[in-house]
Amino acid sequence: MDVAIVGIGIHPFGRTPARSGLQQGAYAARLALQDAGVQWKDMQFAFGGSASAGSADALVNELGLTGIPFINVANGCATGGSSLISAYNAIKSGEYDIGLVAGFDKHERGAFNADPKALGIGNWYGEVGMMMTTQFFAMKIQKYMHDYGISNDTLAKVAEKSFINGSKNPNAWRTEPIGVEEIKHSMMVNDPLTKFMFCSPSEGGVALILCRGDKARQFTDSPVYLKAATLKSRRFGSFEVFAPSQALEQVDGPTVDASRAAFEMAGAGPEDMDVMQLQDTEVGAEIMHMAENGFCEHGEQEQLINAGATHIGGSMPVNTDGGCIANGEPIGASGLRQVYENVVQLRGHGGERQVPGDPRLAYTHVYGAPGISAVTILQK
Amino acid sequence: MSNQVPIAEGLFTWPADQPALLGSRCRDCGIANFPASTSCMACSGEDVAVEELPTRGTLWTYTVQRFMPKTPYNSGESAESFQPYGVGYLELPGGVRVEGRLTENDPEKLRIGMEMDVIFEPFRVEENGDEVISFFFRPVQ
Repeated sequence: MDVAIVGIGIHPFGRTPARSGLQQGAYAARLALQDAGVQWKDMQFAFGGSASAGSADALVNELGLTGIPFINVANGCATGGSSLISAYNAIKSGEYDIGLVAGFDKHERGAFNADPKALGIGNWYGEVGMMMTTQFFAMKIQKYMHDYGISNDTLAKVAEKSFINGSKNPNAWRTEPIGVEEIKHSMMVNDPLTKFMFCSPSEGGVALILCRGDKARQFTDSPVYLKAATLKSRRFGSFEVFAPSQALEQVDGPTVDASRAAFEMAGAGPEDMDVMQLQDTEVGAEIMHMAENGFCEHGEQEQLINAGATHIGGSMPVNTDGGCIANGEPIGASGLRQVYENVVQLRGHGGERQVPGDPRLAYTHVYGAPGISAVTILQK
Repeated sequence: MSNQVPIAEGLFTWPADQPALLGSRCRDCGIANFPASTSCMACSGEDVAVEELPTRGTLWTYTVQRFMPKTPYNSGESAESFQPYGVGYLELPGGVRVEGRLTENDPEKLRIGMEMDVIFEPFRVEENGDEVISFFFRPVQ
């Protein structure tokens, strides 16, 4: 059975002092319900997640106490993707016809400070200053640049594109374009990555209404079908965040595994995707994830980026809403933002940032600690 | 002379004439891990033995941490006294790649593939005067 997305809602990303994270989630949920033309009481189930803004199931206090089974999902940066997979399976099993997926968050300023104990790592690891996601991303792209000849200019061009796309997205946090030179010469954070090459923790909310594919047209004239939703954790030998050591022999990471599984599930290949949202917690991640998701060979990125392939009008538009770099990362909402953007693109509602050529297939990918990836493929 | 204590028990031999990091190696599949664990991440086996890891290796990748991390970072530094520090993975022959702080924080003096020694030095001083010892990777001199 197909599963369809028939309603989408978003609370603008960035900083909204007047609203709690929960209120931002409720705002997005009400917009999604309205978009599908349904009521909260029509929802048969819900999955949701938030890392720093309380329990997602507290949304019932905002939306109404209907007795709905609401399950909290917590899976780091892949929380949204995990909620979506849970909802997908709940409908596919035949148990439910229609339900809601929500993600929201509200983080403090500054880098995340993860707790080593929560991941089964000794306190010493954090005490000496290695419990830092930013270090992992910097070390991964440093090695990648060494192996595949990617230049610093290419790093800056990725961020430049993110800010251009963000400037065309009314829900983005960073809406001012920033030039390559300013990006390159902004404060160095973790060599080789500067301040404007990283995303920051932020705030926001996203909600989606999912239903049985055969009932989708009851709710919308433009259903989008979830052709694949996969989640993989790391296998032994992959190079991951928060790893006090790693194996000498390297294997493909969870992104490669989740991507392959998704293409198999959808019966499609990377060449069929018309628009893609790839986890870009920093510019290096976007570059490496292009290849890890199968959209190019390792080392091809520099040429593709220089040729403008990843821009909205290019042959493989990446992060058309500005990605994490322009939207920041509210952990619970971030993966769902990618799905929201793809539904907008497939409906042809992208406005200034609409991918030309009537896109039909769209791809999302998130990556998170301690080495998990979730992928979706949408088709209209 | 001040008392020297390791930052964590079982991370490396201490006190020792020639201290070394302590890893574990699976007797079934031969894979090593750091820190020492009670089971094998590669094959799920539980027949693992603790062993001393080599003290010289090559730098696999690195970065420099330019801003002071929030807690649980605990170096005794203040925002004013914070010094950027290098972090990298050292590939130890026959063992694993271990992540650690580097004694060098100038990226111009770091390159992938350079040889480094594992050394053990004071990381911070506790209020009671104890020196907390941790491990660092230092370019071979």
